[in-house]
Amino acid sequence: MPEIKVTPLGAGQDVGRSCILVSIGGKNIMLDCGMHMGYNDDRRFPDFSYITQNGRLTDFLDCVIISHFHLDHCGALPYMSEMVGYDGPIYMTHPTKAICPILLEDFRKITVDKKGETNFFTSQMIKDCMKKVIPLNLHQTVQVDDELEIKAYYAGHVLGAAMVHIKVGSESVVYTGDYNMTPDRHLGAAWIDKCRPDILISESTYATTIRDSKRCRERDFLKKVHETIERGGKVLIPVFALGRAQELCILLETFWERMNLKAPIYFSTGLTEKANHYYKLFITWTNQKIRKTFVQRNMFEFKHIKAFDRSYADNPGPMVVFATPGMLHAGQSLQIFKKWAGNDKNMVIMPGYCVQGTIGHKILNGQRKLEMEGRSTLDVKLQVEYMSFSAHADAKGIMQLIRMAEPRNMLLVHGEAAKMEFLKGKIEQEFSIDCYMPANGETTAVTTNPSVPVDISLNLLKREMVLGGPLPDPKKPRTMHGTLIMKENSLKLVSSEQALKELGLNEHQLRFTCRVQLQDPHSDSDTLHRIYTHLKSVLKDYTIQHLPDGTVMVESIVIKVSSSAEDANAKVLLLSWSYQDEDLGSYLSSLLKKGLPT
Amino acid sequence: MKLYCLSGHPTLPCNVLKFKSTTIMLDCGLDTTSVLNFLPLPLVHSPRLSKLPGWISKDGSINLEKELKECAGRVFVDSQPEFCLPERELLDLSTIDVILISNYHCMMALPYITEHTGFTGTVYATEPTLQIGRLLMEELVNFMERVPKAQSATCWKNKEIQRMLPGPLKDAVDVWTWKRCYSMQEVNSALSKVQLVGYSQKVELFGAVQVSPLSSGYSLGSSNWIIQSHHEKVSYVSGSSLLTTHPQPMDQSSLKNSDVLILTGLTQMPTANPDGMLGEFCSNLAMTIRAGGNVLVPCYSSGVIYDLLECLYQFIESANLGTTPFYFISPVANSSLEFSQIFAEWLCHNKQTKVYLPEPPFPHAELIQTNKLKHYPSIHGDFSSEFRQPCVVFTGHPSLRFGDVVHFMELWGKSSLNTVIFTEPDFSYLDALAPYQPLAMKCVYCPIDTRLNFHQVSKLLKEVQPLHVVCPEQYTQPPLTQSHRSDLMLELQPPPMPYRRCSVLNLPFRRRYERVYILPELANSLVPSEVKPGVSVATVSAVLQSKDNKHTLQSVPKAPPVAPSKKRKRVMEEPPVTMAPKPLLSGAVPLEAFLATLQKHGITEVKVEETADGHILHLQAEDTLIQLEEDGTHIVCDNNEPLRATLRDLVLRFLQKL
Repeated sequence: MPEIKVTPLGAGQDVGRSCILVSIGGKNIMLDCGMHMGYNDDRRFPDFSYITQNGRLTDFLDCVIISHFHLDHCGALPYMSEMVGYDGPIYMTHPTKAICPILLEDFRKITVDKKGETNFFTSQMIKDCMKKVIPLNLHQTVQVDDELEIKAYYAGHVLGAAMVHIKVGSESVVYTGDYNMTPDRHLGAAWIDKCRPDILISESTYATTIRDSKRCRERDFLKKVHETIERGGKVLIPVFALGRAQELCILLETFWERMNLKAPIYFSTGLTEKANHYYKLFITWTNQKIRKTFVQRNMFEFKHIKAFDRSYADNPGPMVVFATPGMLHAGQSLQIFKKWAGNDKNMVIMPGYCVQGTIGHKILNGQRKLEMEGRSTLDVKLQVEYMSFSAHADAKGIMQLIRMAEPRNMLLVHGEAAKMEFLKGKIEQEFSIDCYMPANGETTAVTTNPSVPVDISLNLLKREMVLGGPLPDPKKPRTMHGTLIMKENSLKLVSSEQALKELGLNEHQLRFTCRVQLQDPHSDSDTLHRIYTHLKSVLKDYTIQHLPDGTVMVESIVIKVSSSAEDANAKVLLLSWSYQDEDLGSYLSSLLKKGLPT
Repeated sequence: MKLYCLSGHPTLPCNVLKFKSTTIMLDCGLDTTSVLNFLPLPLVHSPRLSKLPGWISKDGSINLEKELKECAGRVFVDSQPEFCLPERELLDLSTIDVILISNYHCMMALPYITEHTGFTGTVYATEPTLQIGRLLMEELVNFMERVPKAQSATCWKNKEIQRMLPGPLKDAVDVWTWKRCYSMQEVNSALSKVQLVGYSQKVELFGAVQVSPLSSGYSLGSSNWIIQSHHEKVSYVSGSSLLTTHPQPMDQSSLKNSDVLILTGLTQMPTANPDGMLGEFCSNLAMTIRAGGNVLVPCYSSGVIYDLLECLYQFIESANLGTTPFYFISPVANSSLEFSQIFAEWLCHNKQTKVYLPEPPFPHAELIQTNKLKHYPSIHGDFSSEFRQPCVVFTGHPSLRFGDVVHFMELWGKSSLNTVIFTEPDFSYLDALAPYQPLAMKCVYCPIDTRLNFHQVSKLLKEVQPLHVVCPEQYTQPPLTQSHRSDLMLELQPPPMPYRRCSVLNLPFRRRYERVYILPELANSLVPSEVKPGVSVATVSAVLQSKDNKHTLQSVPKAPPVAPSKKRKRVMEEPPVTMAPKPLLSGAVPLEAFLATLQKHGITEVKVEETADGHILHLQAEDTLIQLEEDGTHIVCDNNEPLRATLRDLVLRFLQKL
């Protein structure tokens, strides 16, 4: 039985370091190649030695697919391709291909320049890695090789995020990456057709959450920002440069305009302008409303939001600052946080998920004293707010996607084990399909049961369809007979006659002749007629003919009558049939042996 | 398989393919050359046009001075311009399942088809094709509705009268079917039926056929289409280009192994080299400006204009035209310029790389930013106050019959300092200029048509090797004006099948196989046996299920056990109901081996008699005969069913079953 194997190297019962290996129809595919924000050691990257102990990965992988540009999905890519070694194709969408190297370079700078790590990938390696990338368009069917094809679907989540459908023969897997089933201020909702994959591998970040309406959360967010500004406080919003940042900027920009607010809004890195450019050039990837109006007004040209300079952090008075990165684990957002943490008038709003080990995660869990580098501690007095703006599907969304794609099996990754367990139960109950949640390094194997595609001769098919009528009768299914010819890789189903012809074989006729003795005091022709009437009454569904040449034919079985020379009443029936009519012939001979009814 | 040809225009095709159970319209081109028979629609009152004399036949018997006007010896219809639609009588257009669009120029007749024929299907197009197609339709509607014309001339269409008219009106065909432009509402309704597709996306139609667009390299989002089932493949090649301009390069390899290749949309200017024309365009433009004249470029608002602007971007500085204003006037100018920048996925590699930086892919963004290029929705409004001369104006419509271009022709036509440069190949420039004669303005004709030329197409066909080629009849003979140029036609073996408007072609196709899926349970139960080295056969008895044009074979359900009934005795005697006919047999029964086998089964007294065709075996103890021949075996056995069955099975051992 063929099977599909799935092994997470990362994101198995965990969030971060997404990297999932799939073996399907003899092909090996790596889905995402991310880093873990919670670790600074070896655990930061997936353990590629699982694939091979020594040597390059090229021989073991047919392709690598990156779902979107977040570092927990692509952060290990240059390490994998350039330092471990992989020269095969890497697929990602155009926006991901454009933005991914910028975030990787950022990541590299923070790690190497700020933290002074050596033995890390270089700028050149990022460039070399990106040269191996083949861009994917939405819905385009890309033939990786003769057998493996992949197709990308819109996933929402961030600009350019994609779900992928991977297909070999009639087996298939869908990997969602991170996705969002509700449109937001700048992106649309994920969508997939009813592709019925053997396995749907879904993220499950918000496996147990069912979020209230987005409008409420937006109103809440604006209220909190507004209140803090009104009392002269400063608001820090740690974000990643691309994604949530743009959504919240659009939100604040329109709010500022409507309320005529004057407090400055800043965006911390030089990336803003550039980031907004990406949104403008990839506007086809945003939501319908923005796409429709972009000629008149480009939503990514902000009037109220200005570039931030680090000296502004000490300015008196209220302000709102968007700063990177989003989990307060390094960089500018952390610096500003340290400056503002001591004042209870200020507020930090965490608009997204924070992985374990980050300061973001700690303060969200209510920690008020933080140990900083150099043994100092930091008292957290400012208000900490969490707003789930990160665009992941919630439990409802995940169920909705299952309904859309109708998978035969479900596999959860990118979530916490306890929450997955809960969702797994729900899925198995509602859809009656198996749901798996392998841990990192653990392999899930799912047996598939593919049908076998065969070329049927049109003559045979048409004949069958005519005989079978337009609608099959469930009570009386028609049986079709043919010969399957297996030659090299081709499978052809033809009628037996055609098979003989195609294979250049002679037909061998096997015939049987049987004499049955019968006492019947009638003339030969009357006996024949009595046989005819008898068979007529017994064999309702058969063609029975009384031919003028003194024979009765049942289908193709010939029955003749002669009487013995001695006794005119002793009749000899001669039955003759071919092997093709064996069942009927054998039945007839035993039937007639019993004599004719009187 | 049949092909219905509804348009005779080779570059604005409209064909309908019937393939398996589907009816597929390939493109929906609108032949706009009919508008050349009409008088231009001026935006502001033109004394010259309004003073043109009406037409009365020489003998004075026909007076159509209200409908027809004479200008410089040519007669024009004074009415809202009308278009020549695809043929609507050849087949019932409401039966069309889908319409495949190859590029935005080939969809302009869409509202006529989708809105007025009972069409209920789906239109497939790429996103740039839809968006830019919408702009072009919007522009067309705007051009017409901006200058409403109360009069609708119909008398001249009367057959008796038309016969008497001077050419080319006299020779215009099917004038009764000509139609006025559609409305914006019809455009919106038509375009709401479009479903977006990406290159190489596989779209299933009713499970019977799969269609897939391929990059054709001609314009943003332009595509050729593959229409295939598991065993047959039709390629539809429409406007395609191998030149490196802005669109993604043409995908040629996917056209391989076609049974039929439908070839349309070759270059209309087989003798004009696009690069040469571009050079001529620039030098004429510079010459006119230096002499203090204005340059008018009648053009469509998307397509070649992007390349012209890119060329000028590089040329402006070197030609010292830095201060000359460039104007692009169209109701959709802004949209067209903006849209061109957001289709990175559909652009050539160089332009894609720019987007990654991130920079706009087309340099006209910079021309706009530096105020070198300005765009306006029309000559009214801001333009009239900001307009400086000498200047270069890009505006439509290239037929010179409507749009802002009419105004500039009237304005600049009288001065020999000015130049009009024709770059669009769709209209004969002499015909376009006819209602403006006499004209002092200089006219330069540099048609830029990047579509495949005959040389390129023969090379392409050699590579992709279709079994049959279907093309417009125009491609099977040299152009009328250059009848000696046998290189300007398709020469193929077998010769291409030509079509013209209203042709119905039977495509040479023999479908012999269809895909069927054997369900796993049945597949596992099959017992293959090798009949030759590398060739195995298995007999299949199965139930066929056909649903949505997909066929599956599953195991024959086991007959439910017969419910115990009172007539149990009768049940035993019932004839076999679901009788599987036995397989065909092949091979021969070897005498020696067969005798040995008989012996093993206790049949020892066998008398063998040789005959002409084989042997007769007489089983003496059993009084049974077996006739063994090369191609047959005959068992004659009386009243001994068990023996007969044994002999049957023994014979079968030596034969192959099919």
